[in-house]
Amino acid sequence: MLELDAVTAGYTPREPVFRGASLTLAPGESVGLLGPSGCGKSTLARVAALLHRPDAGRLVLDGTEVTAWRHRAPREQRTAVGVVFQQPRTAADPRLSLADLIAEPLRATGRKAEAAARVAELAPAVGLTPELLTRRPHAVSDGQLQRACLARALSLRPRWLVCDEMTAMLDASTTAALVAAVESYRRETGAGLLAVGHDRVLLNRWCDRTVEWKDCLRTPGA
Amino acid sequence: MNARVARALDAVTAERAENALLSVRGLTVRFRLRGGRTVAAVTDADFDLAAGECLALVGESGCGKSVLASALLGLLPANAETSGTALTDGTDLLAADEKTLARSVRGRRVGLVPQSPAAHLTPVRTVRAHLEETVRALTDTPRAGRRKAAEDAADRAAFPATHLDAYPHELSGGLAQRAATALALIGDAPLLLADEPTTGLDRDLVERTADELRRHTDDGRGLLLITHDLTAAARIADRVAVMYAGRIVEIAPAHRFFGTTGPAHPYARGLLDALPDRAFTPIPGMPPELSDLPEGCAFAARCPRATDLCATVPALRAGVACHHPERPRA
Repeated sequence: MLELDAVTAGYTPREPVFRGASLTLAPGESVGLLGPSGCGKSTLARVAALLHRPDAGRLVLDGTEVTAWRHRAPREQRTAVGVVFQQPRTAADPRLSLADLIAEPLRATGRKAEAAARVAELAPAVGLTPELLTRRPHAVSDGQLQRACLARALSLRPRWLVCDEMTAMLDASTTAALVAAVESYRRETGAGLLAVGHDRVLLNRWCDRTVEWKDCLRTPGA
Repeated sequence: MNARVARALDAVTAERAENALLSVRGLTVRFRLRGGRTVAAVTDADFDLAAGECLALVGESGCGKSVLASALLGLLPANAETSGTALTDGTDLLAADEKTLARSVRGRRVGLVPQSPAAHLTPVRTVRAHLEETVRALTDTPRAGRRKAAEDAADRAAFPATHLDAYPHELSGGLAQRAATALALIGDAPLLLADEPTTGLDRDLVERTADELRRHTDDGRGLLLITHDLTAAARIADRVAVMYAGRIVEIAPAHRFFGTTGPAHPYARGLLDALPDRAFTPIPGMPPELSDLPEGCAFAARCPRATDLCATVPALRAGVACHHPERPRA
């Protein structure tokens, strides 16, 4: 269960982007969050991924309330959520090869020994060839880099996956390939998914249910 | 295909070329890299664009469509080698020197609607300053009339007068896009080149931006819309050109391409079938590297219809470059 309860968050004190947003995901459920650009849905996704500390409200992850965000979060919670961002270029260290990029979460959690095997397992799942794995980000296309970013998000086998506009800048075929890779991971592991975006047709096709941003802001019973 | 049909097709192509605002023949771009490697970014592109027509150039990222656009404006880096012709109003854009391009082509004959307007605008200057500078550079408007001319330009692109004194960072994505479009329209260029104008915008804004571009096309301009967004292309294009691995593999009227008949090239079919409101299945595999293209058809390795014939590159005939074009869907 991933519960966002009356979350208020923003980047300027006393001027939050939104107030009182709530959203609950059942275990293994995939939910699409729809909203126009600038509404705050990406900020809520960052809260759910433990990347942004909310000003108020609660995040409960599989029964445990989250009390610390970013690097302060305990590793067990931090690694339970994988995240894929919209812009692969700004989400990838330009110095790393794609193989190192995918293995980075394993290295960061002291599991470097498993890295080679896990990369070999993930690369075909997201459609990357061994030759591509040796290249650095500047030498691959946006679509190929986003495939690596998805593999990186899956490397620690998260129970939850947050995809923030994962395919907004990609062509139709790459979009379908990435969604298929996410769905095959979820079938295999039973992971839950929060997919944020503005493409209604895509999210309706992809997710178990879709939620409108404005409905997240309606407090139940109010 | 028999000789008579081929002759008839050539005649149609010739007629199109005669009426064309832009006529591109054999456009080829090569990048020389260190170590003697060559990137075949665009190979033998042929197409025509008429006034009042929107041609959408679609394909996945890295297929060469933005390089094609840059070639038309002479904006390629120094290591690019270009051949072929791109005639507009008697000038060959590919042969023109930098002086001609700067003084009579960019902004005057070809207006560019850029990919990321926020990065295209100068961050320390207001929209009004951008517009007035462009008016001064591209038109003979006397100093006293520039303010009015800038406001008219903003109005043509539906940019609200209330935001003329805003800086680029104060604009939403949609307004920044309109500011960039207003700039592209100032020189009254008959040809508009829009390079991924809708990337990163939400669906409502995509539709609004696309409709506005269509409106400028209906005013008699020719629009070359470069995009990976098939929904936007379906909304406003008259014809669709599909690019794969640097080649145009199919050119078809939009109503046939997106309609029940569907495209004839297996790649184009695959691209449409990947849409979430269609089969939502990806094309297997990935496009080849432009620096390491196979001998024959570049799509053969991913193609369900490939045979031995595909070891040779198919020529573009009757709007499709394939040895085994699909028959129209029933």
